[in-house]
Amino acid sequence: MLVNFTPPSASEYIRVLPEILLTVGGTILMIAEGLAGERHRRGLAPMALAFLLLALGGAVVAGMDPGPAFNNMLTVDGYATFFRLLVLIVGILSVLISGSYLTRENADSADYYALILFSLCGQSILASANELIMVFIGLEISSIATYVLAGFLRNDKRNNEAAIKYFLLGSFATAFLLYGVGWIYGVTGTTNLQEIHRFLTSSESVYSPLLVSACAAMMFVGFAFKVSAAPFQGWAPDVYQGAPAPVSAFMTAAPKAAAFAVFLRVYSIAFSGLTERWQPILWVSAMATMVIGNFAALRQDNIKRMLAYSSVAHAGYVMVAVVAHSEAGVAAAMFYLASYAFMNLGAFAIVTHYVGKGERYVGIDDMAGYARQQPLIAALFTWFLLSLIGVPLTGGFFGKFYVFKSAIDSNLIWLTVLGLLNSAVAAYYYLRIIVVMYFHEPTNETGAAGPVPAGVRLALIGSAIGVFVLGVMPSAVLEFANRSAMLSR
Amino acid sequence: MLDTIFFYVFALLTIGGAIATITRRSAMHSALSLIVSLLGVAGLYLLQKAEFLFAVQIVLYIGGIMVLFLFVIMLVNLDQAAKERQFNRQWLLGLVASVLVGAQMVWMLNSAGVLSLPAAVPAPAATGPGNIEALADLLFREYLLPFEVASLLLLVAIVGSVMMAKKTS
Repeated sequence: MLVNFTPPSASEYIRVLPEILLTVGGTILMIAEGLAGERHRRGLAPMALAFLLLALGGAVVAGMDPGPAFNNMLTVDGYATFFRLLVLIVGILSVLISGSYLTRENADSADYYALILFSLCGQSILASANELIMVFIGLEISSIATYVLAGFLRNDKRNNEAAIKYFLLGSFATAFLLYGVGWIYGVTGTTNLQEIHRFLTSSESVYSPLLVSACAAMMFVGFAFKVSAAPFQGWAPDVYQGAPAPVSAFMTAAPKAAAFAVFLRVYSIAFSGLTERWQPILWVSAMATMVIGNFAALRQDNIKRMLAYSSVAHAGYVMVAVVAHSEAGVAAAMFYLASYAFMNLGAFAIVTHYVGKGERYVGIDDMAGYARQQPLIAALFTWFLLSLIGVPLTGGFFGKFYVFKSAIDSNLIWLTVLGLLNSAVAAYYYLRIIVVMYFHEPTNETGAAGPVPAGVRLALIGSAIGVFVLGVMPSAVLEFANRSAMLSR
Repeated sequence: MLDTIFFYVFALLTIGGAIATITRRSAMHSALSLIVSLLGVAGLYLLQKAEFLFAVQIVLYIGGIMVLFLFVIMLVNLDQAAKERQFNRQWLLGLVASVLVGAQMVWMLNSAGVLSLPAAVPAPAATGPGNIEALADLLFREYLLPFEVASLLLLVAIVGSVMMAKKTS
């Protein structure tokens, strides 16, 4: 039996280099903490950063030699490389803002960084998964690590609430996804995305479109939960508000981008023959996500909760690009997720610093006069908020522009109109913060006027540059996205 | 004929056990009912000639995981839990929702023609290596990567549960 066995080739191993480096890095971090003892905890964040940079290099190397790996389980194409790089950059920025936060909360621990690395490994698998089994395993690695991270400060009630809500609802959603995968296997006899596509579009195969639609619907439940799309967005505000601020920053960017990556890949490869069945459902979901996110954010007072609802709203804009179901739509979603990652991380980095020890409740009015205390930070915050609104010269503008352009190209006029109206509504709650920061008198002396730690400063500069580059020279990234948007069927 | 009778017996065990698991007030009774349910599933595997799954179901689920369940149940204060108000009181809503979803699924399967399929053609008898060998072949050749990556999933779960459970300093 073993005669026709060919071991995986070296290039296949290189294609999973980032995953290997992340796994090894996470494991070494946990061992290193035990060996070095309590006193050397300050070295943990730089070590995690070093591994992340290595993995970033690994992802670049892996991307230079595209192709399938391990019996088509993974496929490393431009699309996969794009999302791998994106989640790794998000990981680096999150680690940068985590160091000072953990020290302040007296919770420095290698486990935290190890879990971030493992979670990124899961997301990296998701970005390149070409097989529903890998989708499930990658999603679970990423999710379980983030469940734990959401409840990382165990003595904090809000952390506990966030973790248990996220865990229970998340497991439920994953069960739906898995059930859908099981049915798909039952109908088509395969879990490989290309083969599912081939089966569903071939004239010879006998199957019931209704049954396949049910599979697509069940998998939609799982994916929609992970990207916080309506009607499965209910967990998002509580979890993003309750989790430690750097973890919220991480969660709103990396797992969401990876989940969108796999969502797009599954729907535009495996289910591309059933477009007319799933498009209306996603249409409604995209619309509801935008409306719920924006109108709920309008009424929030807590700044973290407002950003959480805004994260739901932004998922809605990306959903518009998913509904478009075209190459331009895929490219637009890629670009949007990249620009959203930068602006959102920047905003959350400032919140991380501002809330201070024990994460006090920060209402929007508490930001009064912040521009006078910290002119530079306030200016950066304004920059990120403007990008979240979608003002020209920021990454957010081109993100929205490409998303709605792809929607118009696909004749989704009403969805585009609704999306644009929503963006206008969103401008109100973002601008409110800017107005409070610049034009209101400081009411009380806030504890966060202290110096900004070096890590947070670096992350802020990095995100601001990211938003700027995407807003001024979008063509480089967009061209790459356009080139990689053609997913092989 | 005999197969059909056995199928219904095992199916009854599975569903009856599952219902008892969620309706018993005492956690111990629930755990024991779960064993019955898992046993029924094991029987169904055997009917499908999946001996390996049958063995794994008994050894792992009934042997390993259930014992772990029982340990946990014995460690927590049972009398207290039995007296306390149950967390979820939405009996009626849950019943309506599950009946609705169930009806929807039956309707869907019916219109998809699954329920009225002609009598199943028996699967061709396995030639060549047996069940377990075939499984190993698939697992270590075609599905090598998922098999290995699953270990990372377990590692993350272990690290996470230890972190959640360890004493705070």
